[in-house]
Amino acid sequence: MISQFFVLSQRGDNIVFRDYRGDIQKGSAEIFFRKVKFWKEDGKEEAPPVFNLDGVNYIHVKVVGLLFVATTRNNLPPSLVLELLQRVARVIKDYLGVLNEDSLRKNFVLVYELLDEVIDFGYVQSTSTEVLKSYIFNEPIVVDAGRLPSLGPAALFMQGNKRMPGTAVTKSVVAHETGGTKREEIFVDVIEKISVTFSSSGYILTSEIDGTIQMKSYLSGNPEIRVALNDDLTIGRGGRSIYDYSGSSGSGAVILDDCNFHESVHLDSFDVDRTLSLVPPDGEFPVMNYRITQEFKPPFRINTLVEESEHFKAEVILKIRAEFPSSVTANTIVIEMPLPTYTTRVNFELEPGAVGQRTDFKESNKRLEWSLKKIVGESEHTLRVKLTFPQELHGNITKEAGPVSMTFTIPMYNPSGLQVKYLQIAKKTKTYNPYRWVRYVTQANSYVARI
Amino acid sequence: MAPPAQSQKSASPSQPSGKGEVSDVKMQLRQLAGSRSPGTDDAKRELFKKVISYMTIGIDVSSVFSEMVMCSATSDIVLKKMCYLYVGNYAKYNPDLALLTINFLQRDCKDEDPMIRGLALRSLCSLRVANLVEYLVGPLGTGLKDGNSYVRMVAAIGVLKLYHISASTCMDADFPAMLKHLMLNDKDAQVVANCLTSLQEIWGLEASTSEEAARERETLLSKPVIYYFLNRIKEFSEWAQCIVLDLVAKYVPSDSNEIFDVMNLLEDRLQHANGAVVLATIKMFLQLTLSMTDVHQQVYERIKAPLLTLVSSGSPEQSYAVLSHLHLLVMRAPFIFSSDYKHFYCQYNEPFYVKKLKLEMLTAVANESNTYDIVTELCEYAANVDIPMARESIRAVGKIALQQYDVNAIVDRLLQFLEMEKEHVTAETLVLVKDLLRKYPQWSHDCIAVVGNISSKNVQEPKAKAALIWMLGEYAQDMQDAPYILESLIENWDEEHSAEVRLHLLTAIMKCFLRRPPETQKALGAALAAGLADFHQDVHDRALFYYRLLKYNVTVAERVVDPPKQAVSVFADTQSSEIKDRIFDEFNSLSVVYQKPSYMFTDKEHRGPFEFSEELGNLSIDTELADNVVPAQRVEANDKDLLLSTSEKEDNHGASNNSSAYNAPSYDGSRMVAASQAQQDLVSLDQPPPADVPASLAIDDLLGLGLPVAPSPAPSPPALKLNAKAVLDPNSFQQKWRQLPLAASQEISMNPQGVSCIVKSSGSSSAYARSFHPLHCFRWSSPELQVLFLRTKRGRAFYLSCGLYFNRLCPNLVCLRDQSWKKMIE
Repeated sequence: MISQFFVLSQRGDNIVFRDYRGDIQKGSAEIFFRKVKFWKEDGKEEAPPVFNLDGVNYIHVKVVGLLFVATTRNNLPPSLVLELLQRVARVIKDYLGVLNEDSLRKNFVLVYELLDEVIDFGYVQSTSTEVLKSYIFNEPIVVDAGRLPSLGPAALFMQGNKRMPGTAVTKSVVAHETGGTKREEIFVDVIEKISVTFSSSGYILTSEIDGTIQMKSYLSGNPEIRVALNDDLTIGRGGRSIYDYSGSSGSGAVILDDCNFHESVHLDSFDVDRTLSLVPPDGEFPVMNYRITQEFKPPFRINTLVEESEHFKAEVILKIRAEFPSSVTANTIVIEMPLPTYTTRVNFELEPGAVGQRTDFKESNKRLEWSLKKIVGESEHTLRVKLTFPQELHGNITKEAGPVSMTFTIPMYNPSGLQVKYLQIAKKTKTYNPYRWVRYVTQANSYVARI
Repeated sequence: MAPPAQSQKSASPSQPSGKGEVSDVKMQLRQLAGSRSPGTDDAKRELFKKVISYMTIGIDVSSVFSEMVMCSATSDIVLKKMCYLYVGNYAKYNPDLALLTINFLQRDCKDEDPMIRGLALRSLCSLRVANLVEYLVGPLGTGLKDGNSYVRMVAAIGVLKLYHISASTCMDADFPAMLKHLMLNDKDAQVVANCLTSLQEIWGLEASTSEEAARERETLLSKPVIYYFLNRIKEFSEWAQCIVLDLVAKYVPSDSNEIFDVMNLLEDRLQHANGAVVLATIKMFLQLTLSMTDVHQQVYERIKAPLLTLVSSGSPEQSYAVLSHLHLLVMRAPFIFSSDYKHFYCQYNEPFYVKKLKLEMLTAVANESNTYDIVTELCEYAANVDIPMARESIRAVGKIALQQYDVNAIVDRLLQFLEMEKEHVTAETLVLVKDLLRKYPQWSHDCIAVVGNISSKNVQEPKAKAALIWMLGEYAQDMQDAPYILESLIENWDEEHSAEVRLHLLTAIMKCFLRRPPETQKALGAALAAGLADFHQDVHDRALFYYRLLKYNVTVAERVVDPPKQAVSVFADTQSSEIKDRIFDEFNSLSVVYQKPSYMFTDKEHRGPFEFSEELGNLSIDTELADNVVPAQRVEANDKDLLLSTSEKEDNHGASNNSSAYNAPSYDGSRMVAASQAQQDLVSLDQPPPADVPASLAIDDLLGLGLPVAPSPAPSPPALKLNAKAVLDPNSFQQKWRQLPLAASQEISMNPQGVSCIVKSSGSSSAYARSFHPLHCFRWSSPELQVLFLRTKRGRAFYLSCGLYFNRLCPNLVCLRDQSWKKMIE
C-alpha cells in the first residue's frame, strides 16, 4: 500500500498532496524533489523512477513535465505503483479534458475528490473513469486547450487535420457542453511508434513498431462495440527468432510478435474473425497494445555525407527522402545531429525555395537542428552545413559527430498495415448514429541513422 | 477567484507565510457560519478551496479548525468533501477539536444517501485520534452490514484503519471475523477485495503475538479460499486481481494437476494491458512451478513475449521496472533472451536509467553466438557524445570480455578505444585493460604495446591513472620507458591529489625496482622519501613498510611485493547466490529494482508479505572499532568487498583507514599495519597468497564484521567451544539454514591443497543446491554467539558454508583463531 501521493510542478511546488497512511514525515515532497533535482552533481543523469531514502521508497512518473509521486515504506510491486501513477494521471485527464499544471491548479479540489475515491488507506479502489463518475461531484473548470501546449498521442490530431473538431479530444468526460447535450461520438486511434536504426551504410539494423489502438468514448448508455481488424492478422512468430526476416516479408500479412488487451475486451470471436468486442468504459484507454518486429518499409531514408573540405573546415550534407505515398504528408519533422565539440561556427545552406524550414545550431550542446513544417510523400530535402573548427583536424570527424536522429508525425499512415476494418456500434434506436472517428498516425520513437 | 495559482507561486513549502491570509479566511468563515442567505454555499466553497490550497502548499491552517466545523452544517456534498479532507488532515494534531466533528460525522453515517454514509464513515475512520475510537465501533459495525456496496467497501478498509489506531478495540469488537464472513459471502467484488487486504494486513501483524491470527492467516491460503478467489477472478478490478494473484503465488497446490489447472485458468492474465497484473501473474507462475524444472523452463518461454511487450509499450518508468525484472530472470536463465538481444539495444531518446539497464541486459545475454553483434553495437555507444553512456558502454564491453572465453576480437576493440583519444574513453578503457590483463595475461604483449603509447599526461582520472601505473609496474620489463614514466610521475608527487594513485605509484616503483634496479633506484628513493613525508596515513605507512622491508631483506621484499602470480580465473560476483535466491523469492517487488533483498532496505514492520522468522537481518554488531554503519549497509559493503577489483579494494582500504584499528595504541603500530596492508595488497592485487594468510582473511570476511585484516588482539575473545558432533541432523539444519536471513555471505572454494583461495561465484544456484550433500556440520556456541559450519564436497572442491547466529547483541569483538580454522579444514 502506498503512504502518500502528490503531484509536483517542475519547480517543485505541491499541486496536490494526499497523505493516506500517516507513516511518513511531512517533508517528504521536499526531500523527494531535492533528490530528483540533484541526483548527480553534474545534473546530467536523470533520477531513476524508483529509489529509497532512509527507508522511504519514492516512486514517480513524469507526465507532461509534472511529477506524479507515491511514497511507501513497504516492499511493493514497482510496476503496480508506476502503472497506478500513470492511471491516476489518465483519470485526471479524462475529467479535466486537458492535463497540465494550469488545469490541475484550477481543479485541485476535483483532483482531491478523485484521489479520495481512487485510493483508500493506500489501497487502490478503482481507476475506472466510468466507475468513479458516480462519486464525483465537482464540475471541472475547463482551461482553454487551444492556447496550451497539447499533450498525449491524441493531441497530435489537432494540427494539420482540419476535419477533426479540435475540442473533441480535449473535452472532459463529465463537463456539459453548451446547450446541455453531449455529442455522441467515439474515437478510435491506431497509433504506431516506430523505432529504426540505420547503419552508416544505410542498412537497417533494427526496426520495431510499438502500436496501440486507443479508444475514447463519449457514447451514452454504454453500447457494445465491435472492432474488426485485418483478417490475415497473425499473432506470435512461432519458434523463429523474431529478427529472422526471411520469409516474412512480401506476404503482406500483418504479423504481431505479441499483443495485450484492455480488460473490457472480449476475445470470444477474435480467433475466428479477428474481431474485438467490448463495452467501452468512459474515458481514454488502450484497447490493445501490440509489438511488431516484422520488416516494414521505413517512411524516411536519411543520407549523411561528411566531407573534410579544408584544414579548418568540413561540410555535412543531410538528405531526407520520404518513402511514403504522395497523398500523405508528414508534419513537425525535426532532424538533429551532434557535431564535434570543438566546432566554432556553423553555416547552413537550405535548398533554394525552401518553405517552412528552420535551422539552428545549439551552441550549448553542439547540436544542429533542422526542422521542417511538413514533408510531402515521395519528396526529398537537402541541407548543407559548413562547419568551422579552430584548429587543424586530427582524426576522423565522423567519430566526433552523429548519429542523426529524427522525430516526426505522419497522420493517416501506419507502416504495419494494421487496419480497423469496421467499427460497429450496437444501435439503440434507428436514429442513433453517433460520430465515429477512426484515425491512424505514425510517430518516430527512436529514428536514428549512424554516420 | 483563482485562489491557489498566484499565492502558490511565491510560497514554497519551506517558507510558509500567509499568516495574514489565514486570519482573513478565519474571519470570513465565521461570518458565513451562521448565515442562511442564498449563495452562502458558493461563498463557503470558495473559502474552503482557499483553505485546502493553503493546506496543500504546507501553510498551517489548523487554526481555522473550529470555524471549518461550524461551517460544515450543509447539504452540499462538495462542501462536505472538502470539509472531510480538512478534518482528516488536522484532527490528529487537534484531538480536542476533533471531538467537535464526531457529531456531524456520526449523523452523516446515518444519512439516507449511501454516498454520504460512505464518505462520513471513511472520514470518521481517518481521524487517527486514539481517544475517539469508541465512536467508531458502532458506525463501522453498521457499515459492514449496510445494504449499499459502497458503504461496505469503505467499512472494510475502515476496520483496518481502526486497527492501526487501536488494535485492541478492533480485535475486541470481533471485526476480523466479520470481515472474513463478508469476504466469503459478499456479492460485490471490491468489498471482497477490501476485506482480503484488510485481513491480510491485520492477521499479518497479529500473527507474531497471536496463534489464532497465525492460523487464520494460514486459512487464507487454504484450498477452498484460494479456489473461491480464483473462481471469481474476472469479477475483480485489475488492482484487486493483483492482490488475489499475490495470494495465489503463496499457495502450495497438492499436485501437479492442480498447478496446471491454476495456470490454465490464469494464462490469459498474461495478455492484460496492465503491467501490474502481468507481473503478478508471472510471479505466481514462477513460484508454482519452482519444483518442476521442465515446466519452469516452459514458463520462461511463455512469459518472454508479454514481458518484452511491456518494455516497449509502457512509459519509460514502466520499462525500467520491467527491465529490472528481466535482468533478474536472465541471471537465472541466460538462454531465454539470448536470441532477443536486439530488444535491448538502446534507443537514443530513452532516459539514462533505462539505457543503463539495457546495457546490463546486453552483458547478461551475451554468449558465443551473439557477442560479435552486441559488442559492435556497444562500440557505437562508446563513441557516443553522451559521456555517461559512453562510459557505461565501455564497461559493458569489458564485462563481456571478462565473461567470455574467446576475447580475441574484444581486446582489439578495446585497444581501438584507446586510439580514439577521448579522455573519458581512454580512462574507462585503461581500467578495463588492467582487469583484462589480470585474467588474460597472455594478451599483455598486444596491450602493452598500445598502453605504452599513452601519455600519462592525458590520463587524469584517479582510477585510470592508478590502472596505468599498475600496468607500468607490472610490465616494467616489457615497457622500455616504464622507469622513466614512473620517475616523472614521482617528480610531480605533490601535485598528485589522489591517495589511491600515490599508493599505486609506490607499489609500481617497487616492482619496477625489483626488475630493473639500476634504472629505478634513484626514483625509488625519491618515492619512498616522498611517501614517508606524505600526510596521508596509508601512503605514509606503505612507504615505511617498503622501506623497512627492503632494509630487512630484498629477497623477502620481492616475495611480498612482486611474487610470481596466477591469472584470476573468475572475478567475484557482487552478490552471493543466496542473496540472488532471496531476491528471486521477492519477485515483483522493489527488491528486484534495488537488487537487494527487502531486509536491507525496509524496517521490519514494513516487510509485508515476505516475513522472516529470525531477526538476524537486523542484527547489529556494535564493535568498538568499526565505523557505525547500519547492518544493511555493512552487509552491502561486505558484498562489495568481494569484488576483487584492485581499485575498489583500495577504495575500501582508504575508507577504513579512519577506524581505530589503524591507530590503536595497543599494538605495535607500523609493523602490524604494514603487514596488514601487505596482506591486503597481496590478496587484492594479483596473486595467491601463502596458505596461512587466506585463513585469517577468510574468517574475518566470513564473519562479516568488516574488520581490517590484521588479526586483531581483542582483549578477551569469548570462550568458544567446538562441538565436534553436530547437534542438528543435516536435513533440519538445511531447513533452518534456508529460513535465515543473510548477514553476509561469501562462497569460498578451496582446493584440497589449500594453496589458493579464490572467491568463487557459483553459477546456477539450483545446481548448487542439487549438489549439496552435507558432509560435515560443526557448531561453536557461546552464550552470545553460535557459529555453524557446513562442509560439503562438490567435484574436487570443498565448500565451506558458515552461518552466524547471535543470541543477543554481542558487545565484544568476536575473534576466531587460526587454529580452530585449521582444525576445520584438517
